[in-house]
Amino acid sequence: MGALCIKEMKKGMVKQRMYKILEAKELTTNIYLMVVEAPRVAKNCQPGQFVIVRMDKDGERIPLTICDYDREKGTITIVFQTVGAETARMQALKSGDSFHDFVGPLGCASEMVSEDQDKLAKKKILFVAGGVGTAPVYPQVKWLHNQGIAADVIVGAKNHDLLILEKEMEAVAGNLYITTDDGSYGRKGMVTQTIQELVDEGKKYDLCIAIGPMIMMKFVCKLTKELGIPTIVSLNPIMVDGTGMCGACRVTVGDKVKFACVDGPEFDGHLVNFDEAMKRQQIYKTAEGRAMLKVQEGDTHHGGCGQCGGEN
Amino acid sequence: MDVLTKVPVREQEAAVRAKNFDEVCLGYNKEEAMEEASRCINCKNAQCIKGCPVAIDIPAFIEQVKAGNIERAYQIISQSSALPAVCGRVCPQESQCEGKCIRGIKGDPVSIGKLERFVADWARENNIKPEPAKEKNGKKVAVIGSGPAGLTCAGDLARLGYDVTIFEALHEAGGVLVYGIPEFRLPKEEVVAKEIANVESLGVKIEKNVIIGKSITIDELIEEEGYEAVFIGSGAGLPKFMGIPGENANGVFSANEYLTRSNLMKAFDEDSNTPIMRGKKVAVVGGGNVAMDAARTALRLGAEVHIVYRRSEEELPARVEEVHHAKEEGIIFDLLTNPTEILEDENNWVRGMKCIKMELGEPDASGRRRPVEIPNSEFEMELDTVIMSLGTSPNPLISSTTEGLETNKWKCIVADEEFGRTSKEGVFAGGDAVTGAATVILAMGAGKAAAKGIHNYLSTQATK
Repeated sequence: MGALCIKEMKKGMVKQRMYKILEAKELTTNIYLMVVEAPRVAKNCQPGQFVIVRMDKDGERIPLTICDYDREKGTITIVFQTVGAETARMQALKSGDSFHDFVGPLGCASEMVSEDQDKLAKKKILFVAGGVGTAPVYPQVKWLHNQGIAADVIVGAKNHDLLILEKEMEAVAGNLYITTDDGSYGRKGMVTQTIQELVDEGKKYDLCIAIGPMIMMKFVCKLTKELGIPTIVSLNPIMVDGTGMCGACRVTVGDKVKFACVDGPEFDGHLVNFDEAMKRQQIYKTAEGRAMLKVQEGDTHHGGCGQCGGEN
Repeated sequence: MDVLTKVPVREQEAAVRAKNFDEVCLGYNKEEAMEEASRCINCKNAQCIKGCPVAIDIPAFIEQVKAGNIERAYQIISQSSALPAVCGRVCPQESQCEGKCIRGIKGDPVSIGKLERFVADWARENNIKPEPAKEKNGKKVAVIGSGPAGLTCAGDLARLGYDVTIFEALHEAGGVLVYGIPEFRLPKEEVVAKEIANVESLGVKIEKNVIIGKSITIDELIEEEGYEAVFIGSGAGLPKFMGIPGENANGVFSANEYLTRSNLMKAFDEDSNTPIMRGKKVAVVGGGNVAMDAARTALRLGAEVHIVYRRSEEELPARVEEVHHAKEEGIIFDLLTNPTEILEDENNWVRGMKCIKMELGEPDASGRRRPVEIPNSEFEMELDTVIMSLGTSPNPLISSTTEGLETNKWKCIVADEEFGRTSKEGVFAGGDAVTGAATVILAMGAGKAAAKGIHNYLSTQATK
């Protein structure tokens, strides 16, 4: 056992590469953007794909959509909303910190990436983004923009404060329509209202791509079905490994059961069973509520909230 | 001492262990091991070696245990196996080495598995490491998957002087050893992590969070990163479901999901950041080792647990020891029973399962008697959780992104048994990715064969 052996042993035990955060900012209340060093992911990712991150060695595996990527710098931009205990913990990460794990790209690329370019250029495409769903819509619109295709984009937000990526989207979209539920900015009303208005104005669309809260996608699909516009949605169900192993993300599409992580995350929205998918999102709600309260209230919480099943 | 009877191994009491995740079997101490070793008659034509997929020189290591030279015994085992502490715990010895033991003809076979475990545990506690290669040859080999097949292949190649990197899709190395087999059968930190560290100490590098076929393809590994050969040991990770109504209800899980949450993500620990369903009444559908693992995990999480299996006890594919342990702990076996529908409440949660009684008919293609439904024997079980443990199939992520890699109709990669050669030059494969779901030790045997195949391939390459 000479010096070589010791050196080799050290080499073998080199700690796993970390995924450094180069930029971290709060886009708006509870929505965060981070630029992360992940050269392997940046090299091969495509619009429509996602990553799974773990903030530290005890972290949960959290699937997140890819908002942007820079192949040369080897970086991925992620945008997430604090919806549970784990994302609430994640928001505290700062520039210079690292993710413990960052894996991808996962899932299939958007169909348009492999579509015949001439055919695609002739299509009139409408994107519908809701809330934090604006983030995964952005790389698709940008990708089309880089191919010289201008797509129309509707972005819906609860109010002006919660609107994200407006400038970025404006730079790559054909027509950008912003609508807020309370009318505090842009149009007033739901995204479905804007779709209806655009069609009523005489706009014709060959394809709609809707990404946002499940309930929004459900109603967009209901409308576009009536309007006869083929629609693709991107699902973000509960998942663990993201490689097809656990089956937690199973979703009924038409009469088939699909795994969102490997068969999706994009599916024909007119075939997705949204009611089932929404109910499946509730599986860990109680457990998650309990964990969230632990984060918010520490040891001071002693039940009674109706969520945690704690004392009384 | 009665030479016909093996030295009994100490275990945690069933009533106690049913409530904790600590290891069930406590193993031999040195005195017990030496006593058991003395039962080995050191056959000249040792049958046990033939029964071992990695051909450990069993009589030679036992001879050393008998004499109290445990370190020497460890180095003998290490020549053939990279994971002795794992194999001593999870190998089906009764149908392999111990199944062939001459002692077993009249009395108990020698407890080879428990002796292997003792030797490996002793080496770990005394910080004895396997001997690394004396010289490096600088040739780069990529191994896909850090499960039993990949670790074995990597360890053998590193010992031959190759520069080996393992690519692992998950955030932790070990494959099924960390996500599949529970803590109470195979302690993760104490046993699995240490054996992996031993493989690393041979010079093997492990890069986690890389999904071959997504993050990078096999062709890119060869063309852009300079790997001269590739071994695919990606396992059989895709869960099967029955395709019966109600299977997407909340509270129906694949055994893979349930076990991954508990084992890899440590959800059995209340303080874990990853949740798991702590059901009150759980049915595990299936009768294999994975079903036993899922059932015993659910039991430890506080549930009343039923194994629902369509054939009879005799056909249970699980190891006898696992079935025995499960029964001791209080798992209820509903045999000759097959689910037909999962019943849900108005919010999509499982409330029960409709089943039908079965009887055994004529033997089918597998040689086992085919289970046939008994007409009008349907009944309902009240449940809040159902765990489907019906086997797994290989993940198509690699085969679908690698040109020229042949697969069969079950999506298994086609590779020869002797050297693990695939239809693509320089690419070898073994383990569950080739055979479909099998055992840890068979995967290790395949990893070993492929290491030989890769060594042959790269040695002849050099002389060209």
